[in-house]
Amino acid sequence: MASAVESLPILGNHPTDQVRACDTTTLPVCLTAQKFIKLHAVAAVVFLLIGGIAALTLGLTRWPAVHLLDAQWYYRLLTLHGLNMLIFWILNFEIAVLYFASTVLLNTRLASKSAAWVGLVMMTVGAIMVDAAIFGGKSDVLMTSYVPLKASPWFYLGIILVAVGTLVGVINYFATIYIAKRDQTYKGSVPLVVFGATAAAIIAVVTLLHGAVVMIPTLLWSMGIIENIDPAWYRITWWGLGHMSQQVNVCAMVSIWYLLGTLTVGSKPLNQAVCRGAFVLYILFINVASAHHLLVDPGTGSVWKIWNTSYAMYLAVLASMIHGFTVPASIEVAMRKKGFNRGLFGWLANAPWSNPGFSGFFLSLVIFGFGGGITGVTLGTQQINIMAHNTLRIPGHFHVTVVGGTTLAFMAITYYIVPLIFQKDFYAKALCRIQPYLFGGGITLMALGMSFAGSYGVPRRHWDIEFTGGLFATGFDAGAHVMLGIMGVGAVIAFLGLLLYCLLVVAAVFFGRPVEGKPMEAWNEEPRGQIDAEEVDEHKTPGTLVIVFVFLTAFAVYYFANWMWLSDLWEVR
Amino acid sequence: MSIYNPPEGWLQAPKGPERLWIGLALIWCIVMSLAMPYWHFYGKQNASGESYRVSAVDYGTRVRQFVEANTVGEASGIPIVEIPPGGDGYLLARMWSFYPVIKMKMGQTYRLHISSMDLQHGFSLQPLNMNFQVLPGYDHVLTITPTSTGVFPIICNEFCGIGHHMMTGRIIVE
Ligand code: HEM
Ligand SMILES: [Cu+2]
Repeated sequence: MASAVESLPILGNHPTDQVRACDTTTLPVCLTAQKFIKLHAVAAVVFLLIGGIAALTLGLTRWPAVHLLDAQWYYRLLTLHGLNMLIFWILNFEIAVLYFASTVLLNTRLASKSAAWVGLVMMTVGAIMVDAAIFGGKSDVLMTSYVPLKASPWFYLGIILVAVGTLVGVINYFATIYIAKRDQTYKGSVPLVVFGATAAAIIAVVTLLHGAVVMIPTLLWSMGIIENIDPAWYRITWWGLGHMSQQVNVCAMVSIWYLLGTLTVGSKPLNQAVCRGAFVLYILFINVASAHHLLVDPGTGSVWKIWNTSYAMYLAVLASMIHGFTVPASIEVAMRKKGFNRGLFGWLANAPWSNPGFSGFFLSLVIFGFGGGITGVTLGTQQINIMAHNTLRIPGHFHVTVVGGTTLAFMAITYYIVPLIFQKDFYAKALCRIQPYLFGGGITLMALGMSFAGSYGVPRRHWDIEFTGGLFATGFDAGAHVMLGIMGVGAVIAFLGLLLYCLLVVAAVFFGRPVEGKPMEAWNEEPRGQIDAEEVDEHKTPGTLVIVFVFLTAFAVYYFANWMWLSDLWEVR
Repeated sequence: MSIYNPPEGWLQAPKGPERLWIGLALIWCIVMSLAMPYWHFYGKQNASGESYRVSAVDYGTRVRQFVEANTVGEASGIPIVEIPPGGDGYLLARMWSFYPVIKMKMGQTYRLHISSMDLQHGFSLQPLNMNFQVLPGYDHVLTITPTSTGVFPIICNEFCGIGHHMMTGRIIVE
């Protein structure tokens, strides 16, 4: 292995016995970073499984024909699901991505091994503390823990530990970039994936600081040291954590889209300035106060709400729409160059759909854009939110952003992380190939069911839509019940996809055949087109243009239809 | 390639379809941004968030006075209280009920106050599906004009403990 290292173009700043050359890409891999990438990835998958088992029971409870759990366990497992998924799974995976992007792509060692330990231990201990507090039974407050609902102090302390541990990891990332720059381990500008990861890291710092500002007083309040926490202040600050962290997830996901485009079909960004500019827009135009969770709240007025919803121009939405073009366009150009230059969609039809890295990535792109993007912007419109706030339309929206989008992208990159970083071979490759379809399809179906049920008014976070025991008989249209059934079926399919993913990863990581010393076995044969690679104009992407026009049309139809429905409601000011 | 350092001179203006798309997307974003202030002035459904600080005790007193002065009947043991047209009505949310039953007339405009005695709650009017947040310590005022008649259930759609699913209320519009 040492000889491979010597043949690298630049040696980097690695201590000689702390680096290996990747057998597939020849990129240098810092062994310390590799260890922590592995540890965080394994932790992430464990939390995903915990959250996933809870998810199945929730889906089966909200499906009225099944109504599995009792009220207490429904709320308890809902708390568990939200935190293990949205916080523990996502953050652990993101730290792994950050350690990878900084060290491997910049050819540097990880800045601090001890900081990496501190971060990992804090995150793990914190997460276990939170889960123990939830099962302890005194913390049925849901993920948002809106005051004055009160959980046990361990619950808040655990969240603080996770947040600070993550912050340590993020700072370690910045320190790594710093030493790479100082030691000149790379030339020129950083690669696009590192740029995107840095955007994620910058937003993460702001996010986690909000978390500290809201959680520390809340901890003191739960211990009886502080008298009172203002619920409106809590909501604004908590969503500074809760919403901005979604922008972190978007940045991480988009970076992985670019990475997977390169790994699967060798695509390259059409215009680096555009892609980078779009990441900068994310940093500048994230909703600082996370207004779109407070659109129908008391305590803030119309001007504040409208301004913070769009920051005058929705430039963060613009950024996503830009990536939504440049990502498929770069695939189109790459595939046309491989000889699939026929027609509008020859490049797409011949893409390596049997490669789970590709299918997961492309499904993530489509589900996030067509599902999550369109619903998110529409439901987050100040007035339209009146018809959506706290209904099932909301989980219907975010299960196609952070689940069908981010989580599926993370799953897709795993099909490269395991062979390249863990250096282990997957078992049951046929199952690997169908896993993204199973998960993506199930989640999409579930989210559709949720969205339509929510349009009937079905609330989220609600155990019994028959309102048994309530003072007034209340219920929902039969159509809502059908939609909840569709949601339930989707939830079961998505769970199977999630379980399959966890099993495949665990089997490969712990019992897989080591593949050290040889290049990774490719997921698919190199696509070769009918025509020999002729000159392809990099600025001609007709297929992608058609896709984005269809997207814009769907967006406009959904958006204006919602305004129309809104105009039928009672008048309110 | 997105994983390698970009070639020198990467800073270039977008060309062709990319430029077209960025332009279109920008226009769409501007349209969506303008839609909100437009609706604020010309639309009839807005969540202006008019609200005042209020203590639970004070709010309870106002609700009691409102109920004493305007009760017109009873449903499920809860008074039905009619808001005088153009007047102020007070709805109280607590674990796990809405109090009292509110009566209004179609086409009249009312100031409907909502606050919570304990936790956060959600005011969700069915089957219209109009939703507003209810916080303890805040008197949330909806200036509301019913445009249809009937009996409209209110459900709570913010988690408020184990009995959350039983928290229902009523608005009657004649
Ligand atoms: C098999 C996959 C999944 C299924 C079947 C599933 C299903 C559900 C269901 C049924 C709910 C409850 C909705 C309600 O009653 O209000 C829920 C809530 C939620 N899910 Fe998932 N989910 C899955 C994966 C995920 C993932 C991967 C994430 C995050 C990355 C996630 C984040 C959330 C969040 C944040 C909530 C809201 C919790 C709350 O209201 O406090 N889910 N999910
Ligand atoms: Cu309630």
